Parts: sequence; C-alpha cells; structure tokens
Amino acid sequence: MSTAVEETASERRPRFDVERVRRDFPALFLTVHGKPLAYLDNAATAHKPGTVIEAEARFYREANANVHRGVHALSLKATIAYEEAREKAAGFLGAESLSEIVFVRGATEAINLVAATHGRQRVGAGDEIVVTAMEHHSNIVPWQLLCEEKGARLKVAPIDDAGQLVAGGLEELLTDRTRIVALVHVSNALGTVNPVRELTAAAHEAGATVVVDGAQAAPHMPVDVAELGCDFYAVSGHKAFGPTGIGLLWGRADLLREMPPYQGGGEMIRSVSFERSEYADPPARFEAGTPNIAGAVGLGAALDYLGALDWAGVAEHEEALLAHATEALEQLPGLSIIGRAERKAAVVSFVLDGVHAHDVGTIVDREGVAVRTGHHCAQPVMERFGVPATTRASFAFYNSHEEVDRLVAALAKVREVFA
Amino acid sequence: MSGLEDLYQEVILDHSRRPRNSGALPDAGASAEGYNPLCGDRVRVHLTTDGDRIEEIRFEGVGCAISTASASLMTEVVKGKRVAEALDLHQRFHELLTGDPSVREVAGPELGKLAVFSGVREFPVRVKCATLPWHTLKQALAEGRGSVSTE
Repeated sequence: MSTAVEETASERRPRFDVERVRRDFPALFLTVHGKPLAYLDNAATAHKPGTVIEAEARFYREANANVHRGVHALSLKATIAYEEAREKAAGFLGAESLSEIVFVRGATEAINLVAATHGRQRVGAGDEIVVTAMEHHSNIVPWQLLCEEKGARLKVAPIDDAGQLVAGGLEELLTDRTRIVALVHVSNALGTVNPVRELTAAAHEAGATVVVDGAQAAPHMPVDVAELGCDFYAVSGHKAFGPTGIGLLWGRADLLREMPPYQGGGEMIRSVSFERSEYADPPARFEAGTPNIAGAVGLGAALDYLGALDWAGVAEHEEALLAHATEALEQLPGLSIIGRAERKAAVVSFVLDGVHAHDVGTIVDREGVAVRTGHHCAQPVMERFGVPATTRASFAFYNSHEEVDRLVAALAKVREVFA
Repeated sequence: MSGLEDLYQEVILDHSRRPRNSGALPDAGASAEGYNPLCGDRVRVHLTTDGDRIEEIRFEGVGCAISTASASLMTEVVKGKRVAEALDLHQRFHELLTGDPSVREVAGPELGKLAVFSGVREFPVRVKCATLPWHTLKQALAEGRGSVSTE
C-alpha cells in the first residue's frame, strides 16, 4: 500500500471513530484459523450489534407471548414490543403511516409478496414488466413466475461496461403495456447505486408502479421512500445489522389497501366462516400466522442503532474504504475490478487472472479474511461481464482501513500459491 | 500455510494450469454435463468405450484449480480402465475426500496419483469441486448422456 493512501486514510479517521463502533459488534472479535477475523462479506449478511442480540434475548426472557391475541399481560407486552418495532421501521423508511409497514421474512419475501398480490392484480396477458440487468435473482425470478402465469413479457434494461444502467436504456423500454418496473437500489454484485428517484418518475409517467429492492441500500445510506417516490420498497433485516428471518416491505397505503392477501391464516382476517372470510386491513392482511416477533424486536433495535449513527461520518468513512480498496487492489498485477459505477456503495467485485474466485476465497479465508466468491445470486451480471464468478469484498461502516490492507496482503498469498 | 499446501499440491497446480485431455471429442459415444450451482463451475465429460473399457476420454469446461485438476487427473487415471474399475475408483475417491482420516493411508497407494487430493478433506466446502468431474463421468457411463448437479 502506498504511503499517500495511508496518509489520506489517517487524515480522515477522526471524523468517524471506527474502533469505538467496532466494540459494539461482538462477532468482529472472532478468531478464524488462528487469525483475527476481517469480515468483508457484509453484502451477504452483516454482523449484529450487542444491543440487537440482547433485545432479541430479552424479548424471550421477559415478554415472550403471541401478539394481537391474548388478554394477558405478556401478550400485551409482546404486542407493544412488536408494534414499537413497526413504528421504528416506519420512521427509518420515512413511511407516512404504520399501516404501510409489513413485516416479512426478508427482501426476497417482500418482492414475492408484491409479485403475488399487486403483480397478479395488475399484470395481464401481453403486459410488460421491466427489470434491470443487475438484479439479484430475488428480483428476477418472482417476476418471471408472474410473467409465465399471466403470459406477460419480462424486459431487461441494459448495463454498460462500468456496471451502471445505460443512460436512457430503461426509459426506452417503457411502453403503455409496462405495468411494473422492478429495480435494485444498490447492486449486490457491483455496488452500483441506481438513480431510483429519476427512474421512478419515468416509470410513473408511463403508468407503471415501481418496486425497489433495497436490500443493499439500507445498510449504507438513509432511505426515504417519500423522496424516492417509489410504490414498494423491500428491506432485508439481517443485511441491515438486524436478525435473520425478518425484513420489511413498505408499500404505498392506497396500493396495499387494494391488494388481495398474500397468505391465508390467522391474524390476517376480520371474520371467517365457511361461506366467506373478510380480510383485515393492511398491514395485518399481509401478516398471516404468528410473525417473527423476536426478529422484529431485534430489527427495531438495529434500526435504533442505525438511527443514532452519524451518517455523514459513515458516508465519508465508507467512501474512504472504497477508495482505499479500489486503489490498493488495482495495483495488484492481473486483478480487474468488475463494476466501476460513478455512484457506488463500498463493494468491490474483482477477478484475478488465472485464479478462480473459489481458490481466492479459500486462500484468503486461511488468512482470516472473509469474502464472498461465486456468482452472488446475480448470474446475469456474471454473464454480462463474461466471468463465471468474482471475488467480492463488501464493507460496512465497522470495517477498518487495516482490514483493507489485510485483504491486499491475503491476495499476495494467493499469488504465492499460484506463482 | 495451515493446510493450504496440502490442498494446492504441486501436481494439482500443474494440472490446473495445463489440463490434460482437455477439449472436445467429436466421436464421443457418451457425454454428460456437470454443474455446481454454488460457484457456477460447469464441466462436460466426453468418452468412447468399447462396451466395457474406456478408450478415449476428454473434458471441457472452466472451473477452479481443484475441479480443473480433478477433471484432468481423472481422465488420465480412467483412460483404458474397465467401466467397473472406473466406478470403483469414483467410490474410493469419494471416500478419500469425505471419509475417515485414517483412510488416507490405505487409500493412498491404491488411488495412485489421485491421492494428491487427500488435502481437500480439510476444506469441506471444496469437496464438491473435486468430485464434480467424477459425478459427471458416472452420469456419462450410466446414461450415455445427461447432466448432473452437485446440489
């Protein structure tokens, strides 16, 4: 690593105190293969602050009961905790009302929910759904299933060699048959940040509704659905420092009200008889069965944590990490970075000449560095760049510049083995 | 280097850099494709037999060092072998990678040069890389064509 980079990094350090933040995350102090962990796989899942782990445990210790049912004290306590988490989620996303927040298993379920309800309602034979070429499988397959069912067409907005949407490319695909535009806010494989607001405006002009996969955005930036202007926004809890198995769907109130149920069961009904059932209003209509109450409480704690962060400091720190990693990796012979968008989250995907990503992953793991290798559930992206797989280092605000150096040093080991 | 030297032995690196019997086999009597959806590795195994013995065998595909070397060494080892012998080797190769560590000593001499893969056992997520070409070979021998997946 060059001295220049080191100096830039240390100049920037005071603003955001990484060492202090790291202490909030117990798993960051794990040892793997006898080395301190350098966790650079945050786009797969993020580690949890102690407050999240404690909130979930405390819920089971002190309040465990089912929600919205019992008249007993614990049930009331559980209901309050669960609904408080919904309030936090509404605040986090800038929702207008609590009824716009649906608890789901994760971003995947959020998108499937929209496809199965709003999608089925809105899309017919000959209609079109537009996605982008940088989508995660979870924002491709639900729409493919819907297209197959309805005889609709899936159109794909192209990306350029830098891994960003071709200017005007998505807009060109919009016709009077476009019913839904589904796009990712931040690409998991490339890091690209899409201009959601502008694209949403164009889609709305064409009469389409807009579904945004925000799984990778929420961990990196404040999200305001009102400002984005979209109709649905999907959030993964575990990627945003919350527990696994919990996520959020935000939907526009008027659209949610019109939508049929997603799953049938308890909790989502107003009254049931064998002749007919009446459905509850949103969000209960979309939360059949006992929800992941403890998960929601844990997610609430994660959102509290994020809410207390200095986001200007986070942005500056993550930008510095990205610049540092990009600069240092570029200097390695035979290394090519895949994804060089102008607006990019702290994600660096790369290929190493003559060494398959899986071999890279195995070797750097032995150095204590955790990266993701493979197609990142975005096979069309891999195909676009003509690579079978990449190695991906994805950073969170708790990553340090030293960990970037650890990655670079570990890649030198890869070269040693494959010399 | 904590097991890495056992995994990336010189023979494996050599075969991954310069794979033997790589390429198409125009007159193949049997071909199968193997796919590992976890990493996207794809291998095609083509072969001809005289009914009982593997006469010619080649493979195509891209993959990691382990899967490429495994395909390369596999073709070298099974070429000229009886089908039953090849299937038996597959079985014992699988045991070498997944079985009891003491098997290593027993399996070594019998498996010949395939014993270089014994280090893979320390890397459970990489076992499928090494076995993918063999599953594909088995498919080609059993059905004459088709595809297999590690998942």
